[in-house]
Formats: sequence, structure tokens, C-alpha cells
Amino acid sequence: MIYKDSKILLEVRGLCANVSGTEILKGLDLTVRSGEIHAIMGPNGSGKSTFSKILAGHSAYEVTGGTVMFEGQNLLELAPEERARAGVFLAFQYPIEIPGVGNSQFLRLTYNTVQTHRGKEELDPLEFDDYVREKMKLLEMSPDFLERSVNEGFSGGEKKRNEILQMAMLDPRLAILDETDSGLDIDALRIVANGVNQLANKDNAIVLVTHYQRLLNYIVPDYVHVMEAGRIIKTGGKELAFELESRGYDWVGVEHKATARATA
Amino acid sequence: MSATLQNLVNQPYKHGFVTSIESDVAPKGLNEDTIRMISAKKKEPEWLLEFRLKSYEAWLKMEEPAWPNVHYPKIDFQAISYYAAPKQKPKLKSMDEVDPELLRTFEKLGVPLHERMALAGVAVDVIFDSVSVATTYKHKLAEVGIIFCSMSEAVLDHPELVKKYLGTVIPPSDNFYAALNSAVFTDGSFCYIPKGVKCPMDLSTYFRINTEESGQFERTMIIAEEGSSVSYLEGCTAPAFSSNQLHAAVVELVALDNADIKYSTVQNWYAGDENGVGGIYNFVTKRGLAKGVNSRISWTQVETGSAITWKYPSCVLLGDNSVGEFYSVAVTNHYQQADTGTKMIHIGKNTRSTIVSKGISAGHSNNSYRGLVKIAPSATGARNYSQCDSMLVGHQSGAHTFPYIQVANNSSQVEHEASTSKIGEDQLFYFAQRGINAEAAVSMIINGFCKDVFQQLPMEFAVEATALLSFKLEGSVG
Ligand SMILES: Nc1ncnc2c1ncn2[C@@H]1O[C@H](COP(=O)(O)OP(=O)(O)OP(=O)(O)O)[C@@H](O)[C@H]1O
Ligand SMILES: [Mg+2]
Repeated sequence: MIYKDSKILLEVRGLCANVSGTEILKGLDLTVRSGEIHAIMGPNGSGKSTFSKILAGHSAYEVTGGTVMFEGQNLLELAPEERARAGVFLAFQYPIEIPGVGNSQFLRLTYNTVQTHRGKEELDPLEFDDYVREKMKLLEMSPDFLERSVNEGFSGGEKKRNEILQMAMLDPRLAILDETDSGLDIDALRIVANGVNQLANKDNAIVLVTHYQRLLNYIVPDYVHVMEAGRIIKTGGKELAFELESRGYDWVGVEHKATARATA
Repeated sequence: MSATLQNLVNQPYKHGFVTSIESDVAPKGLNEDTIRMISAKKKEPEWLLEFRLKSYEAWLKMEEPAWPNVHYPKIDFQAISYYAAPKQKPKLKSMDEVDPELLRTFEKLGVPLHERMALAGVAVDVIFDSVSVATTYKHKLAEVGIIFCSMSEAVLDHPELVKKYLGTVIPPSDNFYAALNSAVFTDGSFCYIPKGVKCPMDLSTYFRINTEESGQFERTMIIAEEGSSVSYLEGCTAPAFSSNQLHAAVVELVALDNADIKYSTVQNWYAGDENGVGGIYNFVTKRGLAKGVNSRISWTQVETGSAITWKYPSCVLLGDNSVGEFYSVAVTNHYQQADTGTKMIHIGKNTRSTIVSKGISAGHSNNSYRGLVKIAPSATGARNYSQCDSMLVGHQSGAHTFPYIQVANNSSQVEHEASTSKIGEDQLFYFAQRGINAEAAVSMIINGFCKDVFQQLPMEFAVEATALLSFKLEGSVG
């Protein structure tokens, strides 16, 4: 929701980045204030996941220009784990499997690490078990997932739910959900969206990366951005998503080029 | 590899210091006279000298094995000193009498003896450069008839037992290094558990090589009589020397009817530096004979040190229904090489064996699992389950699996599972994205990977092993 006078959480200016020598982001601008929900849409390969991972600090991407400020500090100076502790959360498009590492053990370590960083009490295994089961109810997840290895053998949709479970546990300031909706069945989509809505409040912000308007019926965005070739080329309200759904992306690029020419 | 991770792997060896206790070192070289000298120094009976000389004769005719997947310059066996005993005062009755310098050494190793014993109730037979300098808890054990002493003492005080079993599980001619050990062994531990006795505490030995260029040739023997049981812990550390040192130990276990021997090792010999200079050559022969019906021999090893490890703790399952187990974690980093595994020889009916091997290779190291499961025609109804998992850390290390399976009857069952995985950058990024730094992530992944083995270790050892692994590997990924 857009609140009057709310603080800027994330401010990205002219972000450029390379991976293996190829330029992927080419001057990306984005401002996110607390309380807001943003959707980023755009064709395959336009750089949405790249942008998400750069915000989270993935070392494979080299930032070659621009700035990223998060709550007034230079996000690019922080190590990935420091960003996470500061409240940046990324729900991965493809959550990785970690065989041998118990999900509950992993969840407790991440929860306690972040809590400690916030000057809060850690939970012992029993307390944590109660806590996490409560959160799992929100997402209608079976407690059986606690006994398994992190994401190992989880179905696509189960992995996505496990991501949102972590979001619910860690209570981030800025949550970036990279195609959390893809791979979810109709019921799961509703449940996960419901969970996300319950987590959204006036002090945090959510950036949804998605290809489908469908998700935005459940989680209603304040802004919809179109990304193409490493840049945000159009920003609108939630209606823009409907327009994209019916017309595709081509016209946005055409329009963008026309305005670029006109202002040149 | 990222810089932080590099630093983490490149932790200097914590135990690399030389204790300045005066050593009584034999001149370098090996011939019959050296052997006579060792035997005389130890006031051994004639039969043992003969055993040594025969072994030496056999050794002369043998070749160093070339089949292991390890590479090193040829060892000059004449450049090694075969005997090094700390110049020690007469026999010690309590720990208070032990050279304070020696105690300090153990403290630096993180093994404050008395504390450790008090805390864990462990009897520690300290091996310091081949000669046992202190044996503790001996009296308490003696009350239930358990003999736990150094091999030298056993030779003098219980010659009939030593003579009965020495070389029966691993004959001197078994292999090149076993023959060498049989010729020149200086000391080791000896345990005898009488009929029906459950050893009331874990027995523990800390081995340590302290003199530069002295080979270490221990000989350890554990005999568990009918219905007895014992858990034995072996820990090893050696200081850093730039030259390579040879360690060729022999361990023989015998379990009679319904007896149970559990042998756990945490091996952290000096591994050489990050360029592969120095480090111990660890060429060890360990074998247990499950001689009686329903007997059980279980090996658990956590191998983290040594420049080269060549080691196959094995079980000969002779008694009907006997059980053999091998649980292993082998970690290599930098230029370390390990070729390790086990042999399970099924002879008795309905014998069962389990092999769980976890190899972790980081840096430029090479880690091979080599295992033999052999089921004789007599071993009807035998079963084996093997699981060999490798984990690669970084891009330059190697993992190899060489399983050999020979089944000579059709009522037996052999199952083999293998997997290779990798600690990847993306896994670490996932942890980092959830606030967990690389060290904690690596240690969690590795502990998860090794948990089937760690849970076999006695509590104190499991804690130590976990810490040791994290210490060895932290930062080798990224
Ligand atoms: N590690 C890499 N090496 C080489 N190219 C890469 C790498 N990572 C991303 N790219 C390239 O960068 C471009 C942007 O990829 P990215 O994953 O950010 O796209 P996306 O917008 O998330 O697409 P999708 O909608 O398909 O998820 C693609 O052309 C991709 O091939
Ligand atoms: Mg993507």
C-alpha cells in the first residue's frame, strides 16, 4: 500500500552489472518505499533474476556502475550475509537443494543468526519447533518437511513454499520474490499469496518478479514495472499488468524507443 | 576460490611445534643389526627377535605397492631412523611423575590429560615417539582383569598372550609395510579383555611423532575373549616438519565368540603445507578377525591429516553370524592424497557387513575410496551393504571410487550405493542469503554429509572430529 510520507527503503540508481564479461544490467533505476508492493515483469532474459541476485549480493555478478542504497546505507558494500541480516530477503526462482542438512536445523540456524543480529533472544530447539510449526500452518505446510533435507526432493511448489516459510520466519524489511508463483498449483498460489499478504505491513516492502497477472489478483501491487534488456522501461499501476497480459511486451519497447527519440 | 575462503582453508597447523625433550635416537638405516639393537634395547625374548628377523627377511624380498592412487618420490628406507625413545626416567606410577614438558606438549595439543581423563573417564595410554611413558587407569582396569598397557610391557609381562596372537591376523608377509613394521616395531598398545567382561570405559591412546626423520612403527593388538566388549579410541597428531615422515603401523584385533570390538580413530597427522611440502606418509595395516560366532568388529575412522594415507581397516568374518562394520570420513585438502577404504572378507555363514565411506576433497587433493567385499563359497546367507559418497569442495580436487566385489555363492546379497556431490558457490550463497556465513555453512554441510559416520563415534570424539573437520575445511569453497 502506498503511504504518505513513508521512508525510502531501497533506492537503485543507474545500476549496471556484468556476468562473465557480458553486460546484463544497463542503468536500472528503482525506488521502493516502505509499505509498498512492486511487481517487476518483463521478457525472459531481461535481467530480473540478475537484479534480484545482485541485491542479495551474489558474487558471480560484477557491479560496474550505479548505486544501491538500502535504508540509507550502501548495500553494495555489505557481504551477502550482512544484507540478509539487515533485512534483505530473496525467495529464489530456483531454490537449491542441500542434501544432508536437515531442514529444521537449517531453519533454526538461519532464524537464530538473524535474531541474534537484531539483538533478540535465540530459540532453543523445542521453542523453535513450536515457532516454526505455527508459521507452517500459515502456509498449510506439513511438519514433515522439517524432517527432510533442505529442499532435497521437494517438488517445485514445495520449494517455493519453503522459501515463503523462511520469509515468514525472518520477517525481512525488503522481500524480493523471484517468480514465486511459477510452479505453484492454483490452491498453493492462493495459500502462498495469502501468506505474503499477511506478512506485508507498513514497515516492509515486497518486490514481486512475475510473468503472470494471475498472482497480482491475489497480491495487489502498488506499482508494476516492465524490465527489458537490463533496464526498467515503463512503470505503471496495477492496470499495466492487465495490459501486458493482453498485449504482450513488444509495444512497451516500441513506445519506450519513441519517447527516448522524442526526448533526445 | 574467494579470498576469505582461501584464508580459512589455509589455517596453519595448530599442532606444529617440537618438544625439546632429549631423545634417544638410533642412527639412520636398516639392517639386521638395527633390529637386534631394537630388540635388545627392549629386552625382548628370543622368539620375538626371530619374528622380527623373519619379517625383515620377507620385507627384503617385497616391493612397495604401486597400485594405490597416490604419488610420491621413492622412500629411502636407509635414511630413516628406526628407533627414537624419549630419554625417560624409570617407570612412572602416576601422571604427576610425567615430564612436565611432555604434559605441556599435550596441553598444546588440546589434550590436557588429567582433565580429559577426569571429564571423560578415559584411560589414556600415551605413546610418545614409540615408547609408552604413562599408563593410567591401569589398576582400575586390572580389577576386572583387563590388561591395557604398552606393547613393550605386554611382551615382558604377558609374553604368552602376545606370542599367541602376534601376526595371526596380519602375517608379516601380508604386505610391504606390514613386513617392515613386523621387523622394526617399537611400541604400541596392548589390550586384553577377559571372558565376559564389558570394559567399563573407553580405552584411549594418543599417538604422536616428535623426532624429525624418525619413522613411527607402532604395533597395536586388542584381544576380546568370549562375550567381552571394548571400545578403543585412537587419536594422532604430529608436529610440522618439512621432510616427509613414514608412519607404518599395524593393528590387529581378535574377537572371539560373542565378543564386540569397536575401534575409533581420529587421525590428524601433519598433512604438509599448502604447497604439499612435508607431511606424514601414513601407510597403515589394520585388520580385525571376527573369529567367534556372533562376534562383531567395528571400525570408525576420521582421517584428516597426513600427506599420504594408505589404509584399509578390514574385517575377516570367520565366525558364523559375525558382523563387520566400517565407517569412514576421509578429508583431504591442499596436496594431500588419500587412498583408503576397507576389505570385508565373509567366510562364516550369515555374516553381515556394512561400509559407509564419506570422502571429502578440497584444494588440489586427491581422495580415493578402495573397497573389497569378498564372499566365500562357505559364507551362505552373507549380506553386505556399502555406501560410498564423495564430496568435492572447489574445482581442483579429485574423488575416485574403486569398489571390488567378489561373490562366490548365490544365497548372498551385496548392495552398493555411491554418490558424488559438490559444495557449490550457489549452496553457500543460499546460506548467506539467510544470514549464515561461509564457515558456518561449510561446517553444516560437512556435518550433514558425515553424520552417519559421526554418530558412530563416542561423544567426546564426535565433538572433536566435528571441530577438526570445520577447521580443516573452512574456507576451501567459494
Ligand atoms: N552466470 C551467467 N553466465 C552467463 N550469462 C548469464 C549468467 N547469469 C545470467 N546470464 C544471462 O543474463 C541474462 C539475464 O538473465 P536473468 O536470469 O536475469 O533473466 P530473467 O529476466 O530472470 O529471465 P527469466 O524470466 O527467464 O527468469 C540472460 O541472458 C542470461 O543468459
Ligand atoms: Mg529469472
